[in-house]
Amino acid sequence: MAPMLQSSQPWVEKYRPKQVKDVAHQDEVVRVLTNTLETTSCPHMLFYGPPGTGKTTTALAIAHQLFGTRPELYKSRVLELNASDDRGINVVRTKIKDFAAIAVGSAQRLGGYPCPPYKIIILDEADSMTEDAQASLFRFSWIIEPLASRCAKFRFKPLSEEIMSSRILHICKEEGLNLDAEALSTLSYISQGDLRRAITYLQALRKTVLGAARLFGSSISSKDLISVSGVIPQDVVEALFTACRSGDFDLANKEVNNIIAEGYPVSLSLSQLFDVVVEAEDISDEQKARICKCLAEADKCLVDGADEYLQLLNVASHVMRALCDMPEEFNYES
Amino acid sequence: MLWVDKYRPKTLDQVMVHQDIALNLKKLVTEQDCPHLLFYGPSGSGKKTLIMALLRQVFGPGAEKVKVENRTWKIDAGSRTIDLELTTLSSANHVELSPSDVGFQDRYIVQEIIKEMAKNRPIDIKGKRGYKVLVLNEVDKLSREAQHSLRRTMEKYSASCRLILCCNSSSKVIEAIRSRCLNVKINAPTEAQIVKVLEFIGKKEGLQLPSGFAARIAEKSNRSLRRAILSFETCRVQQYPFTTNQAIPPMDWEEYVSEIASDIMKEQSPKRLFQVRGKLYELLTNCIPPEIVMKRLLYELLKRLDAELKHEICHWAAYYALACSVCNLFAA
Ligand SMILES: Nc1ncnc2c1ncn2[C@@H]1O[C@H](COP(=O)(O)OP(=O)(O)OP(=O)(O)O)[C@@H](O)[C@H]1O
Ligand SMILES: Nc1ncnc2c1ncn2[C@@H]1O[C@H](COP(=O)(O)OP(=O)(O)O)[C@@H](O)[C@H]1O
Ligand SMILES: [Mg+2]
Ligand SMILES: [Mg+2]
Repeated sequence: MAPMLQSSQPWVEKYRPKQVKDVAHQDEVVRVLTNTLETTSCPHMLFYGPPGTGKTTTALAIAHQLFGTRPELYKSRVLELNASDDRGINVVRTKIKDFAAIAVGSAQRLGGYPCPPYKIIILDEADSMTEDAQASLFRFSWIIEPLASRCAKFRFKPLSEEIMSSRILHICKEEGLNLDAEALSTLSYISQGDLRRAITYLQALRKTVLGAARLFGSSISSKDLISVSGVIPQDVVEALFTACRSGDFDLANKEVNNIIAEGYPVSLSLSQLFDVVVEAEDISDEQKARICKCLAEADKCLVDGADEYLQLLNVASHVMRALCDMPEEFNYES
Repeated sequence: MLWVDKYRPKTLDQVMVHQDIALNLKKLVTEQDCPHLLFYGPSGSGKKTLIMALLRQVFGPGAEKVKVENRTWKIDAGSRTIDLELTTLSSANHVELSPSDVGFQDRYIVQEIIKEMAKNRPIDIKGKRGYKVLVLNEVDKLSREAQHSLRRTMEKYSASCRLILCCNSSSKVIEAIRSRCLNVKINAPTEAQIVKVLEFIGKKEGLQLPSGFAARIAEKSNRSLRRAILSFETCRVQQYPFTTNQAIPPMDWEEYVSEIASDIMKEQSPKRLFQVRGKLYELLTNCIPPEIVMKRLLYELLKRLDAELKHEICHWAAYYALACSVCNLFAA
């Protein structure tokens, strides 16, 4: 028989805060919510922000804090809908109707917090609900206007390097890992404010670098991190920039081909190229502006599903023309 | 069996390129656990090979006993039911599919299959629960909706179902999904590495390779190992014993694009445009994706043009390739 695989909890789930107050960095959000949780009134809320910054975590923590002490209540009071479950019109309509139909009792106090006389519907990833499903939500008597305008909005910021580091250090301590200062700041840098990503890297490196034998107090270096992160080595980006300076189209094309063959994500090359351009001291502001414009356009095209090679080559062509003072527009007479 | 399949390394220990990645993958799945994975890199670089070897590492030789099925899903979409058909490859422990093949309805497949897999979670003799692996190919071609529908699923069912995602361009995968996976970059092998693999195959097949022959194939492969092995086999079929300057045949469609480029260069008239248009249609009806045609045509034209025009041509290639892909999206 095939060996059976045991799955253990990934660290991202293991270290998901259970209480609203433990959600890191989102201070305003936490303050407002803590107040709300102590009274019985609760507005509709809309959380938005980049991945891995605590939106789902916070929503689940609220539900947990309100009803978690009464598991028998949790099921009848909390409904989680997300993009992963089918959210066509019918599902949203029937699920919410059925859920709303069960009457709630009056307010009771439980474990310090009131057990409020209302139910919670968590519509995770509301932005990706099908449009007809969103529309059917509007038809509920209690949501007349479009969803967003009826909600208190909370913005979740990318986590700052400091907060990220302190959360990571906390996990390292729990798991018996060592990270030196350099590795810690590299980890914050490559995760770009996304704590989930940072934790995933950390857990993977715990295994690949340190192996199965779990040595307490073993360490992970900055170099290990760079190698798993897919960050583009600085000299690769510099080489492309130098090729553009040379004015030789074929040379630039060769560097572009190399970046694609090495598998570096082009969106990432654009942002690293941006850093190089902004810091370059020998090019004029006008040239920089020209380059930034084409970087921005290419970034947008990539989001729209453009081909990576063609976009990067086009950027290289623009950069070359800006650096070599060739005209920006093509000349069509003749 | 084609050489590309015959000489595909079966285990992580046997790989001839990406040995460092294979070693890390091996460590990653010890303690019987692994995160969701996203493999990305150019085509023919060895992603699929690593994924299959990884499955074997995790589940043992049973992972190779796959059955191919044409499955139909009946999806209840409220007012009507939708029938979706898709080919799946599955073993006792994993399922592999390319949901983007069903077009914009891919999200239904994604939603259904994961729930289904989570329900049929394997249980071992001691009553412990294990997990299954779902391999999704071409996730960069999944619709936005399908990608979004993976988000919470990947968290909620993480105990029962691990995802291995595979794609060429990670820029087309939404950030929320990249954030949920360990991203594994698979670079195209270098020409030297390709030569090594070709020489290995040559030896196994008992062939005499003239010096520099493997290097010439590697050079023409655009660093795609699959491409190199395929043309090696074609050469073998065309002429053996090999000769030092034996031609390395290009793919049919590539030769055709090269002709188109020559046509364009020779004459720029409405009549010629009409002819070229016919040839381009010919390529499309043979299912060569427009983006690929565009890139190849650019490649051919760049060889023939002077410096100033190169910039202009590359601008329009980028412009129209995007226009094509946007049209495709609406046509789907
Ligand atoms: N502010 C935070 N404080 C503590 N842990 C966090 C925070 N943000 C993210 N995490 C960690 O990252 C994981 C993912 O966070 P969460 O599910 O809340 O992300 P999200 O904002 O919903 O992202 P997405 O938009 O991708 O759904 C959590 O399980 C937790 O381990
Ligand atoms: N690590 C490797 N060592 C030797 N040969 C390989 C290796 N990886 C891939 N190949 C060969 O190259 C071919 C293409 O690889 P594949 O994994 O299908 O590429 P991708 O999935 O990236 O398109 C395989 O059929 C196999 O013959
Ligand atoms: Mg979330
Ligand atoms: Mg493949």
